[in-house]
Amino acid sequence: MANYSTNEFRSGLKVMLDGDPCSIVENEFVKPGKGQAFSRVRLKNLKTGRVWERTFKSGESLEAADVSEQNMQYLYNDGEYWHFMEPDTFDQHQADKTSVGDTALWLREQDTCIVTLYNGSPLAVAAANHVDLEITQTDPGLKGDTAQGGTKPATLSTGAVIKVPLFLNEGEIVSVDTRTGEYLNRAKK
Amino acid sequence: MPNDGDISTEWRPTTSNDTLIKRARLLAQVREFFALRRVLEVDVPVLGERTVSDPHLDSLYTEAPRRYLQTSPEYFMKRLLAAGSGPIYSLGKAFRAGDKGRNHNPEFTLLEWYRPDWDENQLMAEIAELLESVGCASSAGAQRVTYRDIFLATVNLDPHQASLVALAKLASDIAQRDMSDESRATCLDLIFSFEIEARLPQGIVFVHDYPACLCALAQLGVDDQGVTVVRRFEVFLDRTELANGYFELLDAAEQRRRFSEDNRQRKALGKPEMPADEKLLAALDAGLPSCAGVALGIDRLLMYLVGAQYIEEVIAFLD
Repeated sequence: MANYSTNEFRSGLKVMLDGDPCSIVENEFVKPGKGQAFSRVRLKNLKTGRVWERTFKSGESLEAADVSEQNMQYLYNDGEYWHFMEPDTFDQHQADKTSVGDTALWLREQDTCIVTLYNGSPLAVAAANHVDLEITQTDPGLKGDTAQGGTKPATLSTGAVIKVPLFLNEGEIVSVDTRTGEYLNRAKK
Repeated sequence: MPNDGDISTEWRPTTSNDTLIKRARLLAQVREFFALRRVLEVDVPVLGERTVSDPHLDSLYTEAPRRYLQTSPEYFMKRLLAAGSGPIYSLGKAFRAGDKGRNHNPEFTLLEWYRPDWDENQLMAEIAELLESVGCASSAGAQRVTYRDIFLATVNLDPHQASLVALAKLASDIAQRDMSDESRATCLDLIFSFEIEARLPQGIVFVHDYPACLCALAQLGVDDQGVTVVRRFEVFLDRTELANGYFELLDAAEQRRRFSEDNRQRKALGKPEMPADEKLLAALDAGLPSCAGVALGIDRLLMYLVGAQYIEEVIAFLD
């Protein structure tokens, strides 16, 4: 892979740091009146999600990371691996629990999600920001309570448990924000 | 911030009309300040056959003929001083390749001036007067602190006496990486830039008497503790570096030695070596009058005056 020098650092650039693929979050150029210039860089470790801060001398370089993001269709889970397919080539990829993580709570078969590939293998999976899922278990709805008031837990078809308004019933479809796990609205079937 | 290629908005200036007016007024105030003090404005070339050898400065250049856009008007101005110009200032563009950030643009406006027969203390006093005359409020007045005292107060290390191991350890902590192979100068620059600058007092602050390894083009001196220091100072305005000045080096042999050392470092960094500016050295041989000189970033001064966070807010267009 190519190398990137500090003057090419920009947010979103994928580089290798301490053997892990990282995405540059922010790059600040700092230089004294006379003397050595520096880049103070915040990088997100794409394996762990942790954000690192590291200072480089101007002119130093990092190796590019072979990382790409692709829209893929989620196919199924075989008990151990989650399987995804590239829509254009029909190439299939399997991702383990480490790379899927909490996203598993929002994956519905046939839905499109974003798979981050590192050296050709899935590194991370992100669901669409909003997904529509069916309520499989919740306490019976309270009629007339449509305006405001309390919430109750509801289990969705993927196993996720979210808080929903009291008036919703099992079998109904709700929209959820996958970034926060919050109920958005009732969706059409 | 730059737009994403939408030409219908991209043609617009990055600054406002109000800031354009303030810039024009600032330039007029600077010229009036020096006219009243009988300091002559000089208009020296921005394209030169030679350029700095400083390993941390990279010059932009033209191809044919090979000419370098000057990183400051210093060498031309010193030749004028050696030829008997008397006190002079230059207010114009300077260029530094690769310097790009919140406070940096490769093309910028630099005010540089030289005072024959003055030392750095007299020049620091004049800088404070200039800053007050253009509207930098300083009810407390400008503060002065030595490089040693601000280091001791902030990180509890004496920058002149501390071992390189101790400096490299602190630098490694700050940079979140191993800095044990770095030079004393790099460690000091890193500690100052990241730990000390952000904790300087507000307002106008002069930091002076730099460690000997940060000498650039200043004379060496001995401070009240008998330690060899560089007679160099920097000016900070609300913790942003604004100006760098020297009690200027006059000795051609010492200057030649520092140029060679620069090129040794350039080679180690994999940068092209820069032949010495022989005309500058000849001017030093002929005799540069004892003088103090300073270079001050006009764009950053304007950022302070209008409360801008990014340099593009005070320049008409970003390249």
